[in-house]
Amino acid sequence: MHPVTAYPPRPLRQRAFLIVGALLLAALASLLVAGMTGSIAVAPSELPAALVQVLHGRTDSMAATLLQLRAGRALTAFVTGGALALAGVMMQALLRNPLADPYILGISAGASVGALLALLLMCAAATVDAAALGGAIAVAMLLYLFARRDMRSGAAAEGGTSMLLLTGVILSSSCMALVTLMLSIAPEGRLRSMVFWMIGDLAGAPLRPLPWIVLGAALLYALRSARAMNVVALHADSASTLGIRVGVLRKGLFFVSGLLTASAVTSAGSIGFIGLIIPHACRFAFGPDHRVLIPAAVLGGGSFLVLCDTLARTVVAPTQLPVGAITALIGAPVFLYQLHQLRK
Amino acid sequence: MSTFDTQMSIQTRQLALRAGERTLLQGLDWEVGQGECWSIIGRNGAGKSTLLRTLAGLRAPDGGSVDIDGKPLASWKLEDLARRRAYLAQSRHDAFAYSVIETVLSARHPYHGNRYWEDSDDHAAAMQALAAMEVGHLAARDVRTLSGGERQRVAIAALLAQDTPLLLLDEPANALDLAHQVQVMGLLARLCRQQRKTVVMIGHDLTLAHGISSHALLLMGDGRWHAGPVADAMQATILSDYLGHPIETIEHGGRRIFIPLETNHG
Repeated sequence: MHPVTAYPPRPLRQRAFLIVGALLLAALASLLVAGMTGSIAVAPSELPAALVQVLHGRTDSMAATLLQLRAGRALTAFVTGGALALAGVMMQALLRNPLADPYILGISAGASVGALLALLLMCAAATVDAAALGGAIAVAMLLYLFARRDMRSGAAAEGGTSMLLLTGVILSSSCMALVTLMLSIAPEGRLRSMVFWMIGDLAGAPLRPLPWIVLGAALLYALRSARAMNVVALHADSASTLGIRVGVLRKGLFFVSGLLTASAVTSAGSIGFIGLIIPHACRFAFGPDHRVLIPAAVLGGGSFLVLCDTLARTVVAPTQLPVGAITALIGAPVFLYQLHQLRK
Repeated sequence: MSTFDTQMSIQTRQLALRAGERTLLQGLDWEVGQGECWSIIGRNGAGKSTLLRTLAGLRAPDGGSVDIDGKPLASWKLEDLARRRAYLAQSRHDAFAYSVIETVLSARHPYHGNRYWEDSDDHAAAMQALAAMEVGHLAARDVRTLSGGERQRVAIAALLAQDTPLLLLDEPANALDLAHQVQVMGLLARLCRQQRKTVVMIGHDLTLAHGISSHALLLMGDGRWHAGPVADAMQATILSDYLGHPIETIEHGGRRIFIPLETNHG
């Protein structure tokens, strides 16, 4: 019935496959680079044979052994980076604020309190992880209790998640006060592991299935909600007049991004900047449409953290830097550059 | 389609609105029928926007009830309601760099069902709406770079793309230049008269409102209200009372012009 319009139909749809395809290749490339780089490098000529061996579960050659050793850490980096970037996208959509990041509401600060307390009491690694998760969940629950009103639709005024944001910022700073207190009374011997946890470090992080399950489920939820996220990002509370159940979506975004953040900081500590700059960079490059932004951020965040972690363990080898220091060193100037470009 | 499906109506029964302890509106029994164009008139803070937000389902009534098409507002499914009425908010804040066409396409959400991407139908509707508001050339622009008036026209284009029989507009003429104020009002009048759409809008320009409205609802802000056809509700004496300022009317070229009397500076 309608004539073909001058505006090409579905331009983003066609670009979306290219973007996601290219980022998938980039992700694979980053994992390969991570596998090949280290104190003993794997030459490109050895790579195909070694990969075949690893995939068949045999590690006869030196190259295959190295790949397998590094793969675990690289994959953990990938799932952590992807989770943080996705949590950032969701938090920014929830708060309708491009400056939000997964840590802004204090969920990671809660995890820090738990983890540092466990480290201070010299608990085992598994207990530290559990304590971090417990801290994150405790803060999320507190936030929900205090700011439940903001997550209902209509009740809040235009752009009205300010209560949630303020409560989160306050909870975050009180947790950080506890962290400072613990750091100041900690004996010398434990200080280093505590500081490394705070900065974010993948050195001791084992490859576990749970973060992958969390990321997979969260990605599924995010893709299903992508269109609704666009409408809420554009129209705030009025989104309900377009058929969006704003309250349900806000709660979903809050809990799923909280879960992602908790899962990421539990395995790797609070690695900074990924959740802020990856969503920004993806928006800058591909536009703000969540249908493309969500898969792009997961793949981009994963690849970025894999490369940062490779740098962290090679730059001043044999000393290993905490990866959080690298992401911050790269992230801050990149973010400033983007902001500057936007102003032009 | 049967007449039952297309007949658009709003009924309020004993509707009450409050802002904190203050009663804005009390006992509103009001009926809006298909093809009618209503202007809501009153002073700042009289509850005009609050009433419109209530009709849009963005806040619950503080008493009484609102029915859309004979069915209580609260029992409508949001998705179904989104295909019956569209709402233009008084102001908007753009946090992200969406383009103009993406902004208008988002208003097609109620028609997407479970599809991930829009269809060419949606693009056609969006481009048509942009053209109707004379902002087709801005389709690729970042909404954050638009002027206030351009942004307002894009928001109205989104409302048109939603393609609903009932339009609720909170100050549609806001930020528009003179030519576009007249153009938007003319468009709304055509939608009512030719396509039998129903319009309920808030505006402060009495002359413009009188030119296109079939009815007016006056709000005093202390609970009192007055509803009726413009010939009844938009008389100088009643308007002066409700707006708290003496108003004169003159007939000119078949139109009624409303003039606020100047206050005595002497």
